[in-house]
This record gives sequence, C-alpha cells and structure tokens, in this order.
Amino acid sequence: MSILVIAEHDNSALKAETLKTVAAAQKIGGDITLLVVGFNCQNVVDAAAKVNGVSKVLAADNAVYEHQLAENISLLVTELASDYEHILATALTTGKNFMPRVAALLDVAQISDIIDVESSDTFVRPIYAGNAIATVQSLDSKKVITVRTTGFDSVATDGNAEVVTLGTVTDAGISSHVSDELTVSERPDLGAASVVISGGRGMQNGDNFKLLDGIADKLGAAIGASRAAVDAGFVPNDMQVGQTGKIVAPDLYIAVGISGAIQHLAGMKDSKVIVAINKDPEAPIFQVADYGIVADLFDALPELESKL
Amino acid sequence: MKVLVPIKRVIDYNVKVRVKADNSNVDLANTKMAINPFCEIAVEEAVRLKEAGTATEIIAISIGDKSCQEQLRTALALGADRAIQIETDESLDALNIAKLLQKIVEEEQPQLVILGKQSIDSDNNQTGQMLAALTGMPQGTFASEVKVDGDKVNVTREVDGGLQTVALNLPAIVTTDLRLNEPRYASLPNIMKAKRKPLVVKPAADFGIDLSARTKLLKVTPPAERQAGIIVESIDELVEKLKNEAKVIS
Repeated sequence: MSILVIAEHDNSALKAETLKTVAAAQKIGGDITLLVVGFNCQNVVDAAAKVNGVSKVLAADNAVYEHQLAENISLLVTELASDYEHILATALTTGKNFMPRVAALLDVAQISDIIDVESSDTFVRPIYAGNAIATVQSLDSKKVITVRTTGFDSVATDGNAEVVTLGTVTDAGISSHVSDELTVSERPDLGAASVVISGGRGMQNGDNFKLLDGIADKLGAAIGASRAAVDAGFVPNDMQVGQTGKIVAPDLYIAVGISGAIQHLAGMKDSKVIVAINKDPEAPIFQVADYGIVADLFDALPELESKL
Repeated sequence: MKVLVPIKRVIDYNVKVRVKADNSNVDLANTKMAINPFCEIAVEEAVRLKEAGTATEIIAISIGDKSCQEQLRTALALGADRAIQIETDESLDALNIAKLLQKIVEEEQPQLVILGKQSIDSDNNQTGQMLAALTGMPQGTFASEVKVDGDKVNVTREVDGGLQTVALNLPAIVTTDLRLNEPRYASLPNIMKAKRKPLVVKPAADFGIDLSARTKLLKVTPPAERQAGIIVESIDELVEKLKNEAKVIS
C-alpha cells in the first residue's frame, strides 16, 4: 500500500505534529510519501527528508501555495491522489481546511481526527467532544484521513528520503490571501510543548496571566487558557485548550483556576501528568488531576515559581 | 443577495451524552435536542447581513426526519425567511449531506452559504469544505469576521497561531467559528410569526443521488476514565512529587 502524508509547516519549519502523523501512517502500514506544499520552503523540504519511515518527499514550492489556500492545495493533492490508497494530514487548522475538499473532489468520505488505527480501513476517533469513542470503518477504496496527533508518538528524524520536485502548479484562482495577524511568542507552540500551563476564569483578568510567565519560563512551557478565560476576553482565542480550541497532550499539564468543564477536559485529558490548582475543592478538574492543590492561585503561583 | 444556511439538529450542548450498553451508539432516547451551536452562529450571521442590507433573503435548510423541523422553526424565528427540509430517516455521511446541499445550491443560486464549522455530535468538520469542493466555490472556514465587499467576501479565519484573512470570489462558502457573533434569543412574537413562514419538505430520494453509506460505525465506547489522583497539602509537596514521583520536572 502507498500512503501520502501532507506535511504541516509554515514555510520555514516543519511542525513537530507531522512526525506524529507519519507515526499514524506507519501504523496503517505501507510506503510513505511526504508532500511539502508551500513557497520558499526548502528548509521544510530538508527537514521532511530526515523524517524516519518516509521513503520519498514530494516538494511543491510555488507562490500559489504560499498561504496554503485550500482551493489550490486540494487541486494538487487530488491530482497526486491516484498513486495512493491513504491520504493523511494533521488535524490542525490547515489540514482541517483543505482535506474535506480533497475528499469531496475524490468522491470519498473523510475520517476526521483519528486517535488510533485498528487496521488499514478501520480507525478510532472521538465524537461528542470526546465523551464517546467511535470505531469507524471506511467503505471507500481511498481513505482520506486527518490525524489528531495526541494519539501517536513522534517518529525520529535521522532518515534520508529521496526528494522529488513537483512541477505541477494548481491555481484555482477563486481566492486570495489578504493578511495574517499571528501571535508572536517566544514560547513553544501549545501543540508541541512538553509542558503546558493554562489559566481559567479564576485568573480574573488578562493581566494576571503574567503570573504564569515566570513558571512557564522555568519549565519551558507553553501558556494556554480555558474557553471561559477566552470568552471573558482575558486572552486571545489561539490560546484556547479544549474541544473547540487546541487539543494537547503534554507530559505535564498545569491547570490554574480552571474548574474543568467537559469541553476543556476534552482538550487536555490525554496529558501524562495533570496538576490542578484551584481554591474550590469541589471543582471537577480535581477528578482528572494526578496532583491537586486546594489553594488561592494568587498565593500558590508565586510560591510555585520560587520553588521550581 | 440570497444566503443559504444549512443547520443540524443535535443533542443540546449542556447534556452529557451516554453510550448505549451494547456499544452500538450513543443513547439519544428522550434527550433534549437543539440547533447545533455553530449552526446557530451561522443563522445569526445571515440575519445580521440582512439587517445590514447586504442579504435580501435567508433560506434555512436541514436534512433529517420530521423532528428537524423544530430546529428549522427556530431558524425562522431567529430571522430566516423560509425553510427547506430534505427528508430522510437515514444518518448520512457528510459527503452525502454535501451532495444534497449541492442540489439546493444549484436550485437556489445563493451568493453565500454559511454553515457551522462542525457539529457537536459527530465532530467531523467536513460539510462546508465538501460543499465548496462540489460547487467549485472558494471557502472561508472557521470565520471570526465576514465582510461582503462588492463581488468578493473577506473572511477572517481563526487559524493556529492567530488570524488569517482571505478574499473569496462570490458565490462562496463560509463556516463559522465561535467568536463570529453571539446569537440572539428568539422573541415570543417572532416565534409565533415563524409558524406561518414557509417550510417546504423534499424527500431525499427525489434528488437522484446515490446516498449509500461510505462509512460503517462498528462500535462506540465510553472514553477511558482518568483516575483521580491525590490532593497535596503544600507547594513543597507538589514540587517534590513532580520531581521524584512523576519525574516530569527536574
């Protein structure tokens, strides 16, 4: 069997999530090709060639792919699709955007957000915000799949795959990029960080999120937030951890002033170790926490920072 | 400009879903149902476009058995002008839903189709993108702002790391994210008025589309429960446990 994996990147770096999507492809089993679609993305192509388990890297480097517009990428992937039984992308906003378009153009269903592979046609995925786990069989000859990376461990990066440059340029000509407004941060990406510290409504306002900075610096952590904190306007939405935000599974997750609504738990309950700091001993977050401390976060955070 | 808003009837988001004892599916018997929250945001956005004078007519559409008329009436009460129910007792794959919607797009020729980005039951996040592919329209998914500007629509999208704005040629597909707007509540007079607005029922079989299933649900299980851990008494104890027991910090 042949599997096409579409690399997740920002034209300068290959995102760590790609290594997990390749791991999902390995679990399906077959010859794996990694496709890099972007512009001025040679660094990404170089990194892609080192991903273990990948036998070939296809590079489509052209200005029409700079912003990874779904209309243009989907045409390219559809054109390449005849050589592959499985087409995989990471279930982040880029993959979620273009993959269903690929599936419909190929006239097949998409299996979204898989967290495990049972066989080459049967996959496990969460439904109802993770409150139920479905095992789904694809009846189509070609499988279009997005991978929730929290279910898979990264493959190593000491491989050496052949790189093939694609000449094909697919421009649908119906959409264009206007602008990006990206959050600049010195910290690791939420999705890739091994430690995440998140604040909830208990933080009371956006300024108080600074209390998390010192701890995050010491632990090399990414900073997240609950939907309640986002809805209250404390912090931007791209910090949101939860069913409607980012799904994370770091080695250590520290929930500060977060009650533990179902929708938040869906975004972090696969973390290896969960710590909860909350002054309400009845907060549901304590039911999933490995270590809980009942304390006022305004006392606990400075003390924790000083003792790390 | 005509706006089409496909909506879905789902379990109310406040209700915790239970898995059936035989693991065949979730148990929805006697469960409170509602319009999918992202679809409600889609209806609201269409109504705001009409209030701003951009949209002239809003058509709500749902695919399902007779019970989804309840959600169509909700959409009518919120401000949709008329409704279409495509009647089927089957639970259809997103691709087949998109194919049925494609037929309605061909009939109605809307300039804008606004959908929720995903339903809170199947969590697929597919239908809008698939409809865009089938109709050849551009797509602005996960929208937090929609601005119609002549023959284009500018859509600001919630992406990993921030926001991205794209310009799409009309007609176009938009899928909604949470921050696009805050839906209004339907007023009692509007709920009464909605009962008299037109609602057309079309059997799914009449569209001449092969709607056979593309996926098979083999089983549904509850998620693995996480065991509650321990309550520590002090920050010192917490740091000690993280270092020596969990070994996640050094």
